[in-house]
Amino acid sequence: MVQSFLTTMPPPVAGAATVEAGASAREPYARAFQWMLLARHLDDKLASLYRGGKIIGGVFLGRGQEALSAALGMQLRPGDLFAPLIRDLAGRLAFGESVLDVVRTHLGSVLGPMRGRDGNVHRGRPKAGVLPMISHLGAMVSVVNGALMARRFRGEHGHIGAASIGDGGTSTGSFHEALNQAAVEKLPLVVVVADNQFAYSTPSSRQFACRDLLDRAAGYGVTGHSADGTDLGSCLDAISRAMAFARGGRGPQMVVAKLLRLCGHGEHDDGAYVESRLKRAPAGRDCVRVAESHLVKLDWASAETVKQWRATAVQQVEDAVATAQREPLPDPAKDDWRALSEARFAGTHEA
Amino acid sequence: MSITYLEAIRAAQARALEQDPRVFIYGQDVGAFGGAFKATKNLARDFPGRVLDSPISEDAIVGAAIGAAMDGMRPIVEMQFADFSSVAFNQIVNQAATLYWRTRVPCPITIRLPSGGTAGSGPFHSQSLEVIYAHFPGLVVMTPATVEDAYTMLLEAVAIDDPVIFCEHKFLYYHLKADRLPDESLPAGKARIARPGRDLSIVTYSAMLHESLAVAEELAGQGSEIEVVDLRTVKPLDTDTVMASVARTGRLLCVGESWPWGGVTAEVVARVAADGFGLLDAPPQRLNCKDTPVPFHPNLWTAHRPTARSIASAARDLLRL
Repeated sequence: MVQSFLTTMPPPVAGAATVEAGASAREPYARAFQWMLLARHLDDKLASLYRGGKIIGGVFLGRGQEALSAALGMQLRPGDLFAPLIRDLAGRLAFGESVLDVVRTHLGSVLGPMRGRDGNVHRGRPKAGVLPMISHLGAMVSVVNGALMARRFRGEHGHIGAASIGDGGTSTGSFHEALNQAAVEKLPLVVVVADNQFAYSTPSSRQFACRDLLDRAAGYGVTGHSADGTDLGSCLDAISRAMAFARGGRGPQMVVAKLLRLCGHGEHDDGAYVESRLKRAPAGRDCVRVAESHLVKLDWASAETVKQWRATAVQQVEDAVATAQREPLPDPAKDDWRALSEARFAGTHEA
Repeated sequence: MSITYLEAIRAAQARALEQDPRVFIYGQDVGAFGGAFKATKNLARDFPGRVLDSPISEDAIVGAAIGAAMDGMRPIVEMQFADFSSVAFNQIVNQAATLYWRTRVPCPITIRLPSGGTAGSGPFHSQSLEVIYAHFPGLVVMTPATVEDAYTMLLEAVAIDDPVIFCEHKFLYYHLKADRLPDESLPAGKARIARPGRDLSIVTYSAMLHESLAVAEELAGQGSEIEVVDLRTVKPLDTDTVMASVARTGRLLCVGESWPWGGVTAEVVARVAADGFGLLDAPPQRLNCKDTPVPFHPNLWTAHRPTARSIASAARDLLRL
């Protein structure tokens, strides 16, 4: 399913194989890191295009959240469901979204999945398991629940659904309703909370009063898993465990990762309200740099190999941008302007 | 044998469950209890595992229905009262209604809204919300007024590939009876001439159809022939049938139970005024409930909504113009 729209194949793990106790951890770590690199470079390019006035609408980056997002997207399997949010570029790519889909949607190419009818982070391909987010936070979780219920009705087992949310999104009624619903229905749902300390400009202290968002899991009757969002290994482990529990019939799982958003809410926002002490704190580490150091330190990849991966990522991004920039934009004369799928309703709705 | 409007809704759901394995029902108390109005009575027993009680979470109920529909199912959601659909408003208008437009993936969900006033129900169990949902692109809004339509239109709603807001009127649940259920009917989006006439067109829908038919009967005894048009589906709105009726009578009175600001009656009047001005012998008129929340006490409630009495008065005024 997912493969059908893959144009970015998972990058191969290059470099000499290291035979040691942690060797089995090396492969997913290195693979996830390459998705992180690709996402980081694509984000950088989108930011640059935004500053150059080439992007239609806003740009929202996942900078600082790549480890968590890649660990999520990469460990989903074809046939699983994924409802990403705005900082999930790495996870989307790792789950099979093409770089071209990302760029097309930002540049407004009519060949993109949303054909100019919706933009940037709202892209998705439901038939490939990627649900296109609406802007109302928390609203996607119950949609994943419903798709999982559909599979259960049909007697299809083994697939899970994942939904991303931020610390701010956990405050919505929609999120509460959906997590409770998933627990009541014992659905194989993995909710991943990126506690990045700010919802737009609002700090966590004005968002919730519990000690840790993880404490909420027990209240819903779901299992909670904690992760260090700046540490790829921690993210891979926590999400792997949560997914194994969900696939194994243990109901919804909630992963909470502490990290810091290393950008503004969107590129229109300089994030000046984020105090520098937070940036210097452990949660303010850049997960890409941390992972790179880890790879090199354990000799899982040489500095030269990382350099090659980086060059590959940059090239993929440049190629996609060059392609999408030559593509046609939406033409109002060619759009069918139909909000309903049934042809018999065409033209019946306008006054 | 006689079948009520409510029994027709139950029968349509039973048939939908029987003929299509993709159909399931989801809502509060719809399972073993059979629903607040018993519209799903015995369905959980007859279709095990396919009629599910939900938590009191309208947003998540509709969200889950949307997800299931995206994944190939045909969910029917029962809102316990139309009024509570406001909690699910975001999922309905932003998720369900935009899905096809955004992704080309249809969203075949049916949301049943037990709608409209009954004596003693008050502000939060009496609302008619068809206008709100009709305002948003991407939704079909049905307002069946007869037992036959309640049955066939609900089956059609389930079969339609797009989200359908099915506004069933609680006042009609027990009062309205038919001898048998039909196999076919006019398709969605087609209005029906409920009573032919030549002096005045009353265009209406849902429970107000019956108030209007009573007026037509009363005025027939006084020498006026009222044509009554039942819109059936308020979106799409069958402008052609309305315009043809006005062409015959030259006079339009549009009646709706919902609030007066904007809405179905305003839309009908606007369309006739814009496209059929030359057909009119008098200014087009409309009648709605009062612009206040729906009152609790029957003395207030009967004065709040249009009734045969207030419709007859408006019709007489219009006939004199």
